[in-house]
Amino acid sequence: MSAQVPVDPRLVSDAPGPKGAWVAWRRRLAQGELGSLPVLVGLASIWLLFSFANPRFLSAVNLTNLMLQISAMGTLSVGLVLVLLLGEIDLSAGAVSGLAAAVMATLSVQRGWAPVPALLAGLGTGAAVGLFHGLWMTWLRVPSFVVTLAGLLGWQGALLSVLGATGTVNLTDEVILALTGTFFPPAVAWGAAGVVIALHGATVALGRRRRAAAGLPLPPWRHTLMTVAGPAVVIVAAVAVFSWDRGLPLAVVLFAGLASGVEWMLRRTRFGRHVFAVGGNAEAARRAGIRVRGVRVAVFTLASTLAAAGGILAGSRLMAVNQSSGSGDVLLNAIAAAVIGGTSLFGGRGSAWSALLGALVIGSISNGMDLLALSSSVKFMVTGGVLLVAASIDALSRRERQAAGRA
Amino acid sequence: MAATPLLELKGITRHFGAIQALRQVDFEVHAGEVVALVGDNGAGKSTLVKTLAGILPVEEGQVFFEGQPVRLTGPQSATALGVATVYQDLALCDNLDVVGNLFLGRELTARGPGGLDETTMEVQATQLLRRLSVSLPSVRTQVAALSGGQRQSIAVARAMMGSPRVVLLDEPTAALGVAQTRQVLDLIRRLREQGLGVVVISHNLVDVFSVANRIVVMRLGRRVATFDTKAAREVDVVAAITGVDTTESNPRLTAEAP
Ligand SMILES: Nc1ncnc2c1ncn2[C@@H]1O[C@H](COP(=O)(O)OP(=O)(O)OP(=O)(O)O)[C@@H](O)[C@H]1O
Ligand SMILES: [Mg+2]
Repeated sequence: MSAQVPVDPRLVSDAPGPKGAWVAWRRRLAQGELGSLPVLVGLASIWLLFSFANPRFLSAVNLTNLMLQISAMGTLSVGLVLVLLLGEIDLSAGAVSGLAAAVMATLSVQRGWAPVPALLAGLGTGAAVGLFHGLWMTWLRVPSFVVTLAGLLGWQGALLSVLGATGTVNLTDEVILALTGTFFPPAVAWGAAGVVIALHGATVALGRRRRAAAGLPLPPWRHTLMTVAGPAVVIVAAVAVFSWDRGLPLAVVLFAGLASGVEWMLRRTRFGRHVFAVGGNAEAARRAGIRVRGVRVAVFTLASTLAAAGGILAGSRLMAVNQSSGSGDVLLNAIAAAVIGGTSLFGGRGSAWSALLGALVIGSISNGMDLLALSSSVKFMVTGGVLLVAASIDALSRRERQAAGRA
Repeated sequence: MAATPLLELKGITRHFGAIQALRQVDFEVHAGEVVALVGDNGAGKSTLVKTLAGILPVEEGQVFFEGQPVRLTGPQSATALGVATVYQDLALCDNLDVVGNLFLGRELTARGPGGLDETTMEVQATQLLRRLSVSLPSVRTQVAALSGGQRQSIAVARAMMGSPRVVLLDEPTAALGVAQTRQVLDLIRRLREQGLGVVVISHNLVDVFSVANRIVVMRLGRRVATFDTKAAREVDVVAAITGVDTTESNPRLTAEAP
């Protein structure tokens, strides 16, 4: 099988080396293909600012705390990315996370269930709620905004009734608490990092070999090297920081694992392709024989299951589930994180990594302001401002893409 | 030509609110035949094609495939019968690249944990596009970044994926350049030679006369005339389309009248 294609003369080919890379990158930027650039710039400036204001901000202890703080909300955000990719919204994620944690807590503490069944019951609660939302909106064609708004209220009520009169359940089970209390020693962390980097490198190299064998045009080497080296640098830096402090937190492994798992599903599976297709043009997807309703139901089920996982992590970290679990700013932060990270509110564009990046931005603001002992009034206003900027960048780059004929 | 049509519609009626888009329409296409469907704007041609493609449910009437009654319950059931469609509004996903669009709904997966087999899909896409002489900068460009004609070429190529038995083309050449139009017309002839049934909608009567075996004329939701291309004259077809008798509208004749 060979497909030697002559290079189209209209295709702008870039000079090799850093100059060519710079030119190509500038062109993409001008056409509104911003990717995760704004959020990376934003994150760097936020970190710079806070480290000037308080040098403790960039200490290993604080960065580890930051990652622990964002793991639960970030997990919710991964689910919301899926929903946003369809061009829909899930307002119930916070309430569902609280309810799932409450189900797990009461089963574990009051009914004496073993940890694994209790955890599965919590996740199952999330899945069942998501399935219900998905079926309701596809069968009756009620907009997701309304169904999940009703869910936000209804599941909040269910949370209160599950928790009962006392309103708080203190978690005692060691396994459940270990979800956020476990830190892997440096040797394990470095070993795992090595394996992940090697696997990723091998996958990229294999992909390049396959393309070469099939006679397909190859991306420039610098591009391939970047796709391997970029994540590797981030992983090494993260493990170095964690090792400096208490070790690699299990909660962070779970969060990062879920984010990369969802990203893999989105990019490498048929289901993920169909999610993008439905978000991009639902009618075209339907005509291509994709079961659009099935995709919607599956996405809402997955998103609520991820919300449940986030709620369980939050409960484990707090060592308790109470009436305010999953309420307050949890939901709004999770939505904001997905958008700040670069997932479009218009559907069809985004990635699971945006949940991680956006959660880091929001978590950094909150953490940094706590270090500076600023009141939560300021925190809310700054987070709101950042969200406004991020959403505007999304809208503006969409306009640029349209001008460049790419939307 | 085979006696039983490959695909046949009988007594199809379709409403959109108060509008009767199709009224008791019969339609048939045989294997190894090109049927041109012509008519003015709003005559109901696209509605008929969408019914055949299974994306508009059949309200009233029957569908037969090789003489057997079938129920078109959705695009999947039409695809399962081997009916492929190029829609007038193209129905592409702008946020996916060319390969993603060509294989949408029939993605290839590699064995093992690799998921989608992008390499094989890209090779097959490249070969298909080259066979159809579609010129693209790269098969990895997002469809949103393509020109109108390139998008139309992608939509035509999409219908050639898999091995269809009936191909429905709703104005496939409306946005195409000279070379690409000839490619599509050649493709239509090749499909006929391979024994497929082809339905093509076009407003360009020159193209219609050059590829079609039969011409079916629709007006205001009804099938009003059928012509054998060899025996037909263009004026008669135009008359059937507009619903005006040629003798009345012919300026030379009316000029003499007073
Ligand atoms: N989705 C819809 N909702 C309401 N009315 C519709 C819809 N689709 C088509 N119609 C109506 O049905 C009639 C036939 O439309 P159709 O698209 O089949 O015409 P056509 O023959 O393909 O015309 P054209 O040559 O302009 O493509 C028109 O009057 C149109 O207004
Ligand atoms: Mg039409």
